[in-house]
Amino acid sequence: MRHTISIIVANEAGELSRIVGLFSARGYNIETISVGKTLDPRWSKATIVTSGDDTTIEQIVKQCSRLARVKEVKAVTTLPHIEREMALIDVSVTRGDERQEVMSLVNIFRAKVVDISHDKMILEMSGTQDKVETFIDMLKPLAINEVTRSGTVAITRLSALEGSEYALQRAA
Amino acid sequence: METATQKNPTVVTIPVSVHETEKVRGAEVLIKGLIANGVDTIFGLPGGAVLHIYDELWRYREQVTHYLVRHEQGAVHAAEGYARATGKVGVALVTSGPGATNAVTGIATAYMDSIPLVVITGQVPSGMIGTDAFQEVDTFGITLPVVKHSYLVRNVHELEDIVNEAFYLAKEGKPGPVVIDIPKDVTAQLTEYRGPQNATLVFEAERPKPSVKSVELAVEKILAARRPVFYVGGGVVSADAADELARVVEILDVPVTPTLMGLGGFPTAHPQCLGMLGMHGTYAANLAVAESDLLVAVGVRFDDRVTGKLNTFAPNAEVIHIDIDASNIGKLRKPQIPVVADAKEALAALADRFAQESLGKDRLADWWEQINEWRSEVPLSCEYSETEIKPQQLIETLHKVTDGDAVVVTDVGQHQMWAAQFYPCKRSRQFLTSGGLGTMGFGLPAAMGAQLACPDTTVVAVVGDGGFQMTNQEIITAVQYNIPLKVVIMNNGYLGMVRQWQEMFYDRAYSEVDLSVSPDFVKLAEAYGAKGLRATTPEELEDVLRQGLEYDGVAIIDVVVSKEENVFPIVPAGGESRNMILK
Repeated sequence: MRHTISIIVANEAGELSRIVGLFSARGYNIETISVGKTLDPRWSKATIVTSGDDTTIEQIVKQCSRLARVKEVKAVTTLPHIEREMALIDVSVTRGDERQEVMSLVNIFRAKVVDISHDKMILEMSGTQDKVETFIDMLKPLAINEVTRSGTVAITRLSALEGSEYALQRAA
Repeated sequence: METATQKNPTVVTIPVSVHETEKVRGAEVLIKGLIANGVDTIFGLPGGAVLHIYDELWRYREQVTHYLVRHEQGAVHAAEGYARATGKVGVALVTSGPGATNAVTGIATAYMDSIPLVVITGQVPSGMIGTDAFQEVDTFGITLPVVKHSYLVRNVHELEDIVNEAFYLAKEGKPGPVVIDIPKDVTAQLTEYRGPQNATLVFEAERPKPSVKSVELAVEKILAARRPVFYVGGGVVSADAADELARVVEILDVPVTPTLMGLGGFPTAHPQCLGMLGMHGTYAANLAVAESDLLVAVGVRFDDRVTGKLNTFAPNAEVIHIDIDASNIGKLRKPQIPVVADAKEALAALADRFAQESLGKDRLADWWEQINEWRSEVPLSCEYSETEIKPQQLIETLHKVTDGDAVVVTDVGQHQMWAAQFYPCKRSRQFLTSGGLGTMGFGLPAAMGAQLACPDTTVVAVVGDGGFQMTNQEIITAVQYNIPLKVVIMNNGYLGMVRQWQEMFYDRAYSEVDLSVSPDFVKLAEAYGAKGLRATTPEELEDVLRQGLEYDGVAIIDVVVSKEENVFPIVPAGGESRNMILK
């Protein structure tokens, strides 16, 4: 099962490689990873998307927490949370109707055009992984030259509604 | 599922000086830092990148004794031996490049067995890092998967805090090796040394206590069990929890089986001790675990050498797992009751709790009757021969002539298992062995470190003729410093454990295990200035061992044993642990 793990780790040289090394040494898969500093610049937050059953995810959380410079580890997919990914997509558009088609997809998906030339457009799309993938899929009949994806970032939130899906899950 | 954790680690920040003190070199900060952390013994071998450090070491030689090994692997194993024998942090100092790579085997050995070490490695000057400089290697990267933590010191002002934190981390929680990689220029730069009175970090870690709830749940389960077994490991030894363990199990009158790393954590001769469990465990221990309804696992990690086929290990037992490392709990076997705590604290809490219960005498009479039947059915035994020395006989005789008091340090292989089976231990830290990594060559240098740590105790390295030849260069180190180490070579002319597997599982194809062409170990000992002795017949065995052990200095005792003896019982790798091959 797909899981998103968020790790707060010291913003020091070598600390990220310790986490990545742990994943490869213990045979865990990294689907995406993205890292940036937190409000307090001494700490970074890494969001890692991985897959595994409950036992594997529990082990990943525990193994990462053992690292001396790791402050917090959360399997965010077990908590109420928001997840987003961003993609930059370079598409070829040579005819007017192609451009119209791209623009209508951009509108439907609430993407953005960030660069345009006579025969190309660069689109910026952010949303859940699903939505980003659907958008790319919809563009495939046109000529996609290149896609750059950020990997997932995630943040936990308070459970807004009593009786929400998350509240029910947690109660169970 | 436990899926979120939070803690409060420190981040080393460059301190701002509050008062002017005299500036000293990085190298001196390092040595002062070692002294402040109670270090008086280090093992090492110099080289270009650590010249400033050795220069300071020379100035502080009255306070810190450096033992010059002949190979860096020996330095780390010696530091390990020192740490395993005392529980203190062992320290090794090596140079950059090959010095560091030679140290890796020792670091990995310590990592697998959770031994507290600080290993200081030299590095090329900061400005040359990444240029493929002479004797440059990415020590931080190479050691990354086998350290508890590591540092590449980039700023001399951080060094003091780093040294203090390294010692804290090596001991804290589940112990382990910490590497400090120091570029040469950093050891020459000047900074202030603030001293322990101004240190920003704590020096002693707290022992995590078990939650009240987990103790209550454990108590309930233990009192309800009809066929309980305590399965105890290295965590009991490293927490120095032998007394607490004895208290609990004596109140409960339950059977105890130690792992290889747990030997000594509970006296082997104690009537409740079933002997070691696992691949070469006793019949009674393995069957008791297989039939148990409750396994109380303390400071263990359900290693494959213990469990054999995991899903048939203790198949009817519920599990209480006490461990200081949360990641060990549920890694291989899901316990009904997880207790994340220091073994000493958890066992003390259990003992206090059981002391209040009135437990009926003979409440486990049926269970003990069954266990005693297994014990008498297949005890550990060996038939002696009139012409050849049996390896088991060697260990039993060694036990006799040392009154069972020696610290026994083993290498890895058949002799290690026989030593585990036939040298009953009385106390913690009496049996030192490379359990997790299984490092041949560990025995001799580790025994040297243990002998330095315990100058008034007989320390015997029991090694095979294979492993001995991997690190025998350290004999000269022991001779140089008058470390009165005794080395017993169980010499069967084979890489014996591999030969045993080839005999049992590969149709006797003895592929590359013949060591019958070896040096004359007696002459080798003499060449090193040690005493060399040899025993080849059962009659002379005891006498030769006595002579060697009574010698005031380094003695190498070559004991020629029967060549094709096998270690029994054996559970074939990945097999069900109740299916032991007994002979």
